[in-house]
Amino acid sequence: MATLNVLVLVCLLYVAFLFVVAFGADRAARRGRGTWLRSPVVYTLSLSIYCTAWTFYGAVGSAARSGLEFLTIYLGPTLVMIGWWWTLRKMVRVGRSQRITSIADLISSRYGKSNLLAVLVTLLAVVGTTPYIALQLQSVTLSFATFAAHDAPGATLPTQQSTAFWVALGLTLFTILFGTRNLDANERHHGVVMAIAVEAVVKLAALLAVGFFVVWGLAGGIGETLDRIDASPIATWDQSGGRWIGLTMLSAAAFLCLPRMFQVMVVENEDEDHLRTAAWAFPGYLMLMSLFVVPIAVVGLDILPQGSNPDMFVLTLPLQEGRDWLAILSFIGGFSSATSMVIVAAIALSTMVSNHVVMPVWLWTTGGSAMMSGDVRHVALLARRLSIGGIVLLGYLYFQLSGGGTALAAIGLVSFAGVAQFLPALMGGLFWRGANRTGALAGLGLGAVVWLYCLFLPSFGPSVILPQSVFDHGPFGLDWLRPQALFGAVGMDPLVHAVMWSMMLNTVVFVVVSLVTFPKPVERLQGAQFVNVFQHSGTTPGWSGGLAQSEDLLIMSQRIMGAAQAQALFSSAAQRQGLAGYLPEPTPEFLQELERELSGSVGAATAHAMISQIVGGATVSVEDLMAVADETAQIMEYSNRLEAKTQEQERTARQLREAYQKLTQLSVQKDAFLSQISHELRTPMTSIRAFSEILRDTEGLTPAEKGKYATIIHDEAIRLTRLLDDLLDLSVLENGQVVLNIHTGRLSDLLDRSVGAAGGVTDGFRIERHKSGEEVWLTTDLDRLAQVFINLIANARKYCDATKPVLSISAKIEAVGLVIDFTDNGSGIPTDQQSVIFEKFSRIGHTKAGGAGLGLAICREIMARLNGDIIYLPGQSGAAFRVILPSDVVSMPHAASA
Amino acid sequence: MTRDAPGPIFLERRTYRRRRMSDAARMLPILGAALFLLPLLWGSGDAEPVRTSVVMFYLFPVWLALAVISVLISRHLRRDPADEGGREGR
Repeated sequence: MATLNVLVLVCLLYVAFLFVVAFGADRAARRGRGTWLRSPVVYTLSLSIYCTAWTFYGAVGSAARSGLEFLTIYLGPTLVMIGWWWTLRKMVRVGRSQRITSIADLISSRYGKSNLLAVLVTLLAVVGTTPYIALQLQSVTLSFATFAAHDAPGATLPTQQSTAFWVALGLTLFTILFGTRNLDANERHHGVVMAIAVEAVVKLAALLAVGFFVVWGLAGGIGETLDRIDASPIATWDQSGGRWIGLTMLSAAAFLCLPRMFQVMVVENEDEDHLRTAAWAFPGYLMLMSLFVVPIAVVGLDILPQGSNPDMFVLTLPLQEGRDWLAILSFIGGFSSATSMVIVAAIALSTMVSNHVVMPVWLWTTGGSAMMSGDVRHVALLARRLSIGGIVLLGYLYFQLSGGGTALAAIGLVSFAGVAQFLPALMGGLFWRGANRTGALAGLGLGAVVWLYCLFLPSFGPSVILPQSVFDHGPFGLDWLRPQALFGAVGMDPLVHAVMWSMMLNTVVFVVVSLVTFPKPVERLQGAQFVNVFQHSGTTPGWSGGLAQSEDLLIMSQRIMGAAQAQALFSSAAQRQGLAGYLPEPTPEFLQELERELSGSVGAATAHAMISQIVGGATVSVEDLMAVADETAQIMEYSNRLEAKTQEQERTARQLREAYQKLTQLSVQKDAFLSQISHELRTPMTSIRAFSEILRDTEGLTPAEKGKYATIIHDEAIRLTRLLDDLLDLSVLENGQVVLNIHTGRLSDLLDRSVGAAGGVTDGFRIERHKSGEEVWLTTDLDRLAQVFINLIANARKYCDATKPVLSISAKIEAVGLVIDFTDNGSGIPTDQQSVIFEKFSRIGHTKAGGAGLGLAICREIMARLNGDIIYLPGQSGAAFRVILPSDVVSMPHAASA
Repeated sequence: MTRDAPGPIFLERRTYRRRRMSDAARMLPILGAALFLLPLLWGSGDAEPVRTSVVMFYLFPVWLALAVISVLISRHLRRDPADEGGREGR
């Protein structure tokens, strides 16, 4: 029999299929075609990563050992889902309005963007999840070994360790490939979500198929199955009430707090409305998942030989009966459960680790300034990729160290209990404004310690980490501190005991400490924001700008979000404020918006720290404090309005001042220009007069001399004409009398022509072109456009003050149309001059050589006639001009060549 | 202006219905929890122990019923911007 080989083949094919699905979904999403990716069905299915291999295989095992108790693991999440109107709706709303990236980010954000809290949550999450990942690896290797055992003569069996290794490696690769494609957590991982949705269908189908086979194939119908249940060792319902209630509550809490659940439920959520569907569809899914568990367990206990592992009944039953294909399907189901969990858990944890541990450390080591260092984006992505590798590696090491023994089987609930420690801080944060950072830290810290001491460390077994004497007599002989009988609670189920004490102490300490300590203003603001998320417009008052330099902010944002996105954000903000260009006023609203955008990429705490570096410490205004301190709505409303008015007036005043300054500057320039133009006109006139007088009055000139003087007169006349031409050109353009001469041509040809006309490339001056973007056809007045290009190139040649001047020309198609950037590497144009360079007669400084300051004004007029625009692009490596052509004049190569 | 449409009354009713449905959505998990805990009370005093199959025949239909009720309720809870005082400042 070659079952094992078939299995390996099927498995590889399945993995390849998942890659294709994920790749296709990513592609569709990037092209904006994937509306079906955003359906509530996909959302619901993605929630099913709750059902890991532990539930796929373990539920049957648990049922075989202790009857219906396994149901509690599904009943808790069912209650949470049908109660979505209480918690999930609020969590999702907060997550979206605050651009939350992980559960650590949510908790840290709520408690004043405290990074210490985020680090604590991250650590606990990693400690709690690592064994869980190990558990998934174990289940895959175990099911593989089960197959191998049936495939008796399979002489060259891979060892368990090597199976686990290859699985871990494959998962890491998949996660890095599809999980770190984009940095912004609010851009969803469509590929991953689609893949886990497919896996959700597969695992449900697999379990149902095995169920049908067992009930109708083996037992012989529903009635017979019920008879078998009644005759089985688990025929009677003698459930311990404590465990039933405790486990239901624990699984409900874990459902809300597990990092991977938070990832799919809140972070990957496309639309709050999807919760409405998930509210009934997910409980239905869970019900179907557990429907056949008891029959499978009972029939397995009945048919299979004594002592076979009940955890593998889903697999061994079909194998025993010779249904190899069903067994393979069942294996794929278990494989799906394991892989989807590991993938999402690794994404969620890596986001937390990189945002709350790696990035702060990195920012700190690079001198604490995002301005000085290189590309933050790459660092963040790299950190995330390394974290994914690290987390899966930790899981693998744990699996190897624990030897894959039975100790792992209990770890699922231990892990649940660990993450459930987030619950008081999470719920307190969402529903109680009085909850504060100190309380959350104290509660969470104590809960984590109790969990470690009472559950996690003992889970390794006596005498492994905690010595037996501690179990029997407590540490230092303190009897009331025995890890499984804390405060004299003897005889309780160890799990219920640990959950009860840790949650109780956690909650009590959290509440009491919150009551007696005083929160910082930022915490109170965030508290109001979170608790009243449905009433407030969802903005976090925080920054008082004015001191901030918009250009610095732009430079920083470009490094984190990417240039195009940052520029779009800044220009739309500027537009809303009624300003042209890319630099909006740093109003508090704008700074909040920016901070939230950034926090989508690097987490709230880091984003806050980065902006505060640039803006300065002033984070809370009087208005904000009053909004929090004063509960009476009227006063708040009144002072708000007053404050808003004052700010608006201030801003108007600033804009007026700006306009006035511009006018004065223009008037000065106009005066300068008049004297300049008279000088410019006078110089050629003087020489023309002088030389014509010589020609007229001097006798006996040689023909050579006559020719030389006539040439001088001619040259000077040409210079005069050019000057007058420019003036005339400008006035024609301004009066709108120009006739456009429309032709079709290729952009690259046009640029070649312009570069040639502007003096070409010489050793002192290099021009970098990106030919790929230039292969577009334009239907417009090409001569006029060339005039603009020539002017820009000539300007760069004239004014670029770098030792090795380089001009870079790049063209690309964006939403506004065709965008052509001319960027040099000189010192650029000072911020105060940027607003006037397109005015007539403007010349920067007085020293630079050359024209009369009409070139850029002409360019602007031409671009306006061509329905396009030309703007100065601040925050680049040097002076940068952007020429924008409307998209209706642009056509792609294949269309035009036809 | 003719005021022929029963619009305002209709809206009022709809908003009212929506509010009550959100109340129902809040109550449902409490009901569910109570129903899921109910089997714990069975067979505590009697000599005859309760059979697992009986509990299954209770729990799974209750589960299904909760899901169906959830369908009915959530159909009325479509997100209505007018009802929430027009937040969403974007």
